[in-house]
Amino acid sequence: MRALILVGGFGTRLRPLTLSRPKPLVEFCNKAVLLHQLEALRQAGVSHVVLAVSYMSDALEAAMREQEQRLGIRISMSHEKEPLGTAGPLALARDLLAEDGEPFFVLNSDVICEFPFAALARFHRQHGGEGSLVVTRVEEPAKYGVVVCEADTGRICRFVEKPRVFVSNKINAGLYIFNPGILQRIQLRPTSIEKEIFPAMAQDGQLYAMELQGFWMDIGQPKDFLTGMCMYLQALRAQHPEKLHSGPGVVGNVLVDPSAKIGANCVIGPNVTIGAGVVVEDGVRIKRCTVLEGARIRSHSWLESCIVGWSCSVGQWVRMENVTVLGEDVIVNDELYLNGANVLPHKSIAESVPEPRIIM
Amino acid sequence: MPLKAVILIGGPQKGTRFRPLSFEVPKPLFPVAGVPMVQHHIEACAKVPGMKEILLMGFYQPNEALSRFLVSAQQEFKVPIRYLQEYAALGTGGGIYHFRDQILSGGAEAFFVLNADVCSEFPLQEMLEFRQQHGDVHSFVILGTTANRTQALNYGCIVANAGTQEVQHYVEKPSTFVSEIINCGIYLFTPAIFQHIGEVFQRNQQELALEESSNGWQRAEVIRLEQDVFTALAGSGKLYVYKTDGFWSQIKSAGSAIYASRLYLNQYSKSHPERLAQNKPGGPVIRGNVYIHPTASIDSTAVLGPNVSIGEGVTVGAGVRVRESIVLHGASLHDHTCVLNTIVGWDSTIGRWARVEGTPSDPNPNDPYAKIDSETLFRDGRLTPSITILGCSVTIPAEVVILNSIVLPHKELSRSYKNQIIL
Repeated sequence: MRALILVGGFGTRLRPLTLSRPKPLVEFCNKAVLLHQLEALRQAGVSHVVLAVSYMSDALEAAMREQEQRLGIRISMSHEKEPLGTAGPLALARDLLAEDGEPFFVLNSDVICEFPFAALARFHRQHGGEGSLVVTRVEEPAKYGVVVCEADTGRICRFVEKPRVFVSNKINAGLYIFNPGILQRIQLRPTSIEKEIFPAMAQDGQLYAMELQGFWMDIGQPKDFLTGMCMYLQALRAQHPEKLHSGPGVVGNVLVDPSAKIGANCVIGPNVTIGAGVVVEDGVRIKRCTVLEGARIRSHSWLESCIVGWSCSVGQWVRMENVTVLGEDVIVNDELYLNGANVLPHKSIAESVPEPRIIM
Repeated sequence: MPLKAVILIGGPQKGTRFRPLSFEVPKPLFPVAGVPMVQHHIEACAKVPGMKEILLMGFYQPNEALSRFLVSAQQEFKVPIRYLQEYAALGTGGGIYHFRDQILSGGAEAFFVLNADVCSEFPLQEMLEFRQQHGDVHSFVILGTTANRTQALNYGCIVANAGTQEVQHYVEKPSTFVSEIINCGIYLFTPAIFQHIGEVFQRNQQELALEESSNGWQRAEVIRLEQDVFTALAGSGKLYVYKTDGFWSQIKSAGSAIYASRLYLNQYSKSHPERLAQNKPGGPVIRGNVYIHPTASIDSTAVLGPNVSIGEGVTVGAGVRVRESIVLHGASLHDHTCVLNTIVGWDSTIGRWARVEGTPSDPNPNDPYAKIDSETLFRDGRLTPSITILGCSVTIPAEVVILNSIVLPHKELSRSYKNQIIL
C-alpha cells in the first residue's frame, strides 16, 4: 500500500522551533513527528510513502534517505511549486498514488494519535465506498467543523462548519484512506479536500467515518504540542510502561533518553520528555515540558509548560512557565523569569520576560 | 566640649509608607544592614568625643521592643541613652523645644539633631570641625548634600554663600528649582536655637489667640524646624550648611530600606568588616556584601548576595538563592527558592522552588546625584512595580511565583500573585 503525508510549508505555527529544522523532523516525545507516522504506516503494510512538501529542505531529504534504509520502505518527495491546499497535492502525486490500483492513505502531518491504519483499511474494504476518514470526539464541537454520519454504517451525511446548535461531536481527525477513483475528482490547482472534495463525496454517499479510539491531537502549535505530549505519555503508560522513566524524584509519566543526565535532588514530572544528551543539573524541578536534544538546564531552575529547544542553556534559578518556547541554542542567564516567552534561535536572554511576548 | 544628640524617631502615625513592616516593629527599629535603623545613628553619635547623652524623641508609647533596644545599645556604646516621649506629634522643632531642659541638662554646649529615617555616613565630627573653621562657634549647621535638579524639589533646598557656606535662603519642597543643595535632616545646634524656636512658639500662640474658632487640633507647640525656623534664620548669618559627598538617603518606603542596607553594607567593609560574611569552606557562597546573623542556619549550597541581610534564627535551605533582599528573623527559605529584591517578614515561610521577586527602585546609577524616589504606591490606577514585601508570618507555597507584590501579615497564600496587594 501507499500513503501520502501532507507536510506542507514552513510550519510557521510551530516557530521558533521550525526556524531551525523542518517541522516533520521536530522531535515529539523523543522521536521526529514524521517517524511516528512512518512507523505506523509501515506497520499497516505501507511500502511507499509520498511526502507532499511545498518547500524543499536538504535536511528533510537526508533524513528520509536514512529512514528508507532503516524502515525498508520507499519515500518519495512530491514538491509543490505553489501551495496546492490539502487536495491539490493528491493530484500532483497522482501517478505515484494510482500506480498499484490499491486504496492509499492520506494524512495531515500535524496529527498525533495511536494511528489506526490497519483498522482503517479493514473498515474501508468492508463498506466499499470511495473514501473513509477517521473522526475523533471533541468536547466543544462549536469550535470545529463537525461530521454528521449514520450511526450504524458510518456513512457521512454532511459536514457542518462551527455548528451553533449541537449536531455532532465528531470532527475530522486528518487521517484518510481513498480508492484511486478519488483522483478523478481533484484538479491540479489549489483545492481544499475538506471544503471542496469531501462534501461532494458525502453527497454521492461515497464517504464513511470511522471513530478513533484513544487520544488525538493536532500538535501544530506549541500549546497543543505540550497537550499532545501529555496524552502520548499517558498512552505509553498503558501500553509500554517500560519505556517510561522511573526512580527517585520522578513523578508520573516521564520519558528520558538514555543518554540524558539528571542530577541529584531533582523532581521531574509529571509529563516531561527529556531528549538525547540533555543535562539536567542538581535541584531542578520540571513538569509538563519537552526538553530537546543537547540542552542544559542548570541547577535549581523551575520549568513548567515549556519547550526548550536544541542545545539551549537555561541558567541557575531560572523560572520558565506558561508555554515558554526557546528556539535552538538560546541562552537564558541566571535568575531570570520567563512567562510565555517565545524566543527566536541563537538569542541570549539577559532580562526577565514577565508577560508573554516574542523575543526577536 | 560636652555634647548631646537627639534622634527624632516619630511615632506610629508616621511611617505608613513603611507598611506592612511597621505594623510589627516601630520603624526606627527595623533592621537595616542587620542592625536597627537608629543604631547606625547611635553608633555615629557615640563616636563623637564629649558625647554625654543620646536622646531618642518621638510619640511611640513606651514598648518592650524599644526598651530592650535602649538597654542593649547603652551597654554596647557605653553612653546614656533615653527615650523622651512627646505627648503628641509636635513636629521636628516642637519636640526638642518641649524637652529643651532635658537636652541642655549637664551643661551641653552643643547638640546634634538627627532624623531617624535617613541613612548616612553621619559626618558629625566633620560638622563640628567645619563650625570651628568658618569662625563662628555659635552658628547652627545643617548637613547638606547635592541632588539632581528634578529630585531636589522633593527636599528642603538650601542656597548658600559659595565661600562661607552661610545659608542665604531655605525653602522646603519648592515647586520650582531653587538649589541643588538639599537638607539631609541632620543638624548641629547650640542652645541658642531655643530662642529662635521660642519666637516661633510665641508667634503661634498669638496667632491662635486671634483665631476665634480655633478648631482644637492646632497647637502652638507644633513647630517645624524646616519651614518655621530655618526659613527665618536664612540670611541672618547664624545658619550654615556643611556639604557632604558621603552616602545619604532617606528611608521612607520599605523599598528604600533595601537601598539603605546596601549603602551601610558597603560601609561595613571599612567600619565593621566583622559583620560581613566571608566565603569559607563548608559555608554558603557569598557574592558581594552580605550580613548573616550568627544564629541563622544557612545550607552550604545556598548562594547569597550582593546586598543581603539575614536575620536572627533564619533558616536557608539547600540551593537557595537570595539577592538584594532583607530576610527578617525567624523566616524560613526552603530548598531551591529564589528571593530577589524582597523583604521577607518575620517568621515567614517560602516553599521550595518558589520564586519571590520585586522590582528594585534604586536611584539612576548613571547620575551621581540621583536619590531614591519616594515612589507612590499607585500610578494610573495600577500598583507601581516595587520590591516585594512579605509581612510577618506569611506562608508562600512551593513552586509559585510572587512578583512585585505586598502581602499583609499572617496570610497563607495558595497560588501565584503578580502586581498585587494581598490583604
